[in-house]
Amino acid sequence: MNFDFSDDQKQLRDQARKFLAEKCSPKAVRVVLDGKAPYDKELWKGLAEMGFLGVAIPEEFGGAGAGHLELCVIAEEMGRANAPVPFSSTVYLAAEALLIAGSDAQKKKWLPAIASGEAIGTLALFEGKGNPAPKNVKLAAANGVLNGVKKPVPDGAIADFAVVAARTGSSGRDGDVSLFLVDLKGAGVAVKSLTNLDPTRGQAEITFSDCKAEPLGAASEGWSTLTQVLDRAAVLCAFEQVGGSDRALEMGRDYALDRIAFGRQIGSFQAVKHMLADMYVSATLARSNSYYGAWALSTNAAELPEAAAAARISATQAFQHCAKNNIQVHGGMGFTWEFDCHMYYRRANAMALGLGSLSYWEDQLIERMRKKNAA
Amino acid sequence: MNFDDTPQEAEFRATARAWIGANAPKQYETELRKSSLGRTVLKNANILEVAKAWQKKKADAGWACLHWPKEYGGRGSSPIERVIWSQEEGPFGQLSRMFIIGHGMCGPTMMAFAREEHKRTYLPPLASGEKVWCQLFSEPAGGSDVAGLRTRAEKDGDDWVINGQKIWTSGAHYSDYGILLTRTDPDVPKHKGLTMFFLDMKSPGVEVRPIKQASGASDFNEVYFTNVRIPDHQRLGEVGDGWNVSLTTLMNERSAIGAAVSTGFPELFEYCSSLMLDDGPAIEDRAVRSKLANWAVKASGLKYTSMRAISALSKGERPGPENSIGKLVAGSMIQDVATYALDLQGASGVVSGEDAELAGRFQAMLLRAPGTRVEGGTDEIMRNIIAERVLGLPGDIRVDKDVPFNKIPTKGR
Repeated sequence: MNFDFSDDQKQLRDQARKFLAEKCSPKAVRVVLDGKAPYDKELWKGLAEMGFLGVAIPEEFGGAGAGHLELCVIAEEMGRANAPVPFSSTVYLAAEALLIAGSDAQKKKWLPAIASGEAIGTLALFEGKGNPAPKNVKLAAANGVLNGVKKPVPDGAIADFAVVAARTGSSGRDGDVSLFLVDLKGAGVAVKSLTNLDPTRGQAEITFSDCKAEPLGAASEGWSTLTQVLDRAAVLCAFEQVGGSDRALEMGRDYALDRIAFGRQIGSFQAVKHMLADMYVSATLARSNSYYGAWALSTNAAELPEAAAAARISATQAFQHCAKNNIQVHGGMGFTWEFDCHMYYRRANAMALGLGSLSYWEDQLIERMRKKNAA
Repeated sequence: MNFDDTPQEAEFRATARAWIGANAPKQYETELRKSSLGRTVLKNANILEVAKAWQKKKADAGWACLHWPKEYGGRGSSPIERVIWSQEEGPFGQLSRMFIIGHGMCGPTMMAFAREEHKRTYLPPLASGEKVWCQLFSEPAGGSDVAGLRTRAEKDGDDWVINGQKIWTSGAHYSDYGILLTRTDPDVPKHKGLTMFFLDMKSPGVEVRPIKQASGASDFNEVYFTNVRIPDHQRLGEVGDGWNVSLTTLMNERSAIGAAVSTGFPELFEYCSSLMLDDGPAIEDRAVRSKLANWAVKASGLKYTSMRAISALSKGERPGPENSIGKLVAGSMIQDVATYALDLQGASGVVSGEDAELAGRFQAMLLRAPGTRVEGGTDEIMRNIIAERVLGLPGDIRVDKDVPFNKIPTKGR
């Protein structure tokens, strides 16, 4: 047993951290936050050049073929830097869906483009309120065309293509849902940007009107593929959340050391110390659950569904907890636009909803544990 | 990152499993499985005798104190082998609870500070469970503030004469030896005037009085010392260096991570899996699921945190203060889990003991839980440790730090 990343993987982490510290400063993030650009194009290009976008994409499809543990390492650094790029939508959702269900031709078309930074992808799953569930997929697919509205679609306004979940049957079963690949630059697609909690990662409403689409994977396996994609993304997002938690904790710690009140560093007051200690505890639990998820993901273990749900819940809680209390430690300064605290608060709360809410994953975790115990 | 056993680990596991399968006291397995978290009860046997017999059997076959060196009664095993052993030992590992203080804290302190001949004399029978040890640190005046202790040790010829009182001493009523922290110089600041010893608990002048706890059990004791004589060669470390010696003991407490921390979660999940509520099975209830999920990720988070620590240990890194989170998280979790389990029982949750649901398992857990949050450092002390030693925040303001011990006020008003 060895429950840690390898030295090579740790080196990759250092490399990614250094790169992001240079290319993705809070100042750079603010260009997107303030609405001056939809995402950081330079950073996106740089990430492609570093090989980070295709780190888990096999070499035959233009990637580095390193694997998912390496992707977890990069994800943590993306979260720590609060990177304003469509990384999670393209790399976790679109690329993973292609890897699981894509035909050879589909993989050849899109995966090299993702790895090189030429194509941004996304997953169009949600249709307004509600969590991931076959019954909530209403957008209709018939005769190779889609009709319906998806929202929110992460990075939908800048994406070149989308994996779209659509209804192809009326049996009331999981098999009614199928996945399609859609070129978002083609006909029959109308995109509208939506304001959202975290402007550093956009959300959109996409209307499909007799839009041509090609099937991704077998029709009856759409929901099963989606479940796998969400589980993988849950682990990868958990690493982003762990990176964000650690950064928020560091910011709070550093401020508590710098700031003097009542003649003392505020970090010498137990009320502040204990708040920071609790942040450390939740970040640590999240990291440990995420490591287990990373192992399950990288080995495609039977434990993945349960491990992914646990990582998802733990990391979501930790990031929300750390981001919220980081502002509290900062006091009034923490509530200003000028300080960076709110960027992490926004990201934490947006990420808490992106793959389905916490209550959805709580339900998934217990259902999965129950099935395992019954087996 | 790999969760699977290496070939050597798999071989160790197979050997351990076979030996446990052939030798463990299986007649107690069901009872041990059902009892947990402050409620290890064997109806028709004396648990101390059963525990000692199992420990002796392990020692004779080379399975006692796995991580200790062989010459002191251990096996010289790696941290990972220790974990494998505890996984395989399963419910029988609960019997080792009698020896936790001795094996986890007194033994390592003896190894670090005792004379070689003392190590060879005292450690093997400690490892084999034939002799039980306790740790005499806390006092009525010094709990969280351990260095505030007042038990005096005064030199008299080749001996030291001890007078004073200890409290919260686990297992003192069945212990043969103890390590004892005393004040040898009240004229210097409190951390500088302490000295550590080990002593025979049957020495004249030692009196043990069990304390009846809030839970109704009596696992802890008060220990009174009246002119107890300890020979100087039983001193551990230098005169006045007792604080540093005690820090070694406490560091070793943290490294005693082989055994998984109890959280109460497996018990609650099992309970909810079969429980029927008014509206149907508890496990299908939305609110129940949410509660369970939140505790599930804490329990798994603790489990994998300890695995990360073990991986670090096996690469030669030292156990750090980050291991304080186990007790901090588990302590209040046990309390919350027990409270919730009783809430699910409705009005009948108030009944405890044999007449209660599951023979009072969660009621016993509830009543034991407050102690878990206090013993070995309160939640507040644990948070201070994390804040100061992990995060590097300033220490609390200590107005008594540079004051001679005998000038520190002793009453609030």
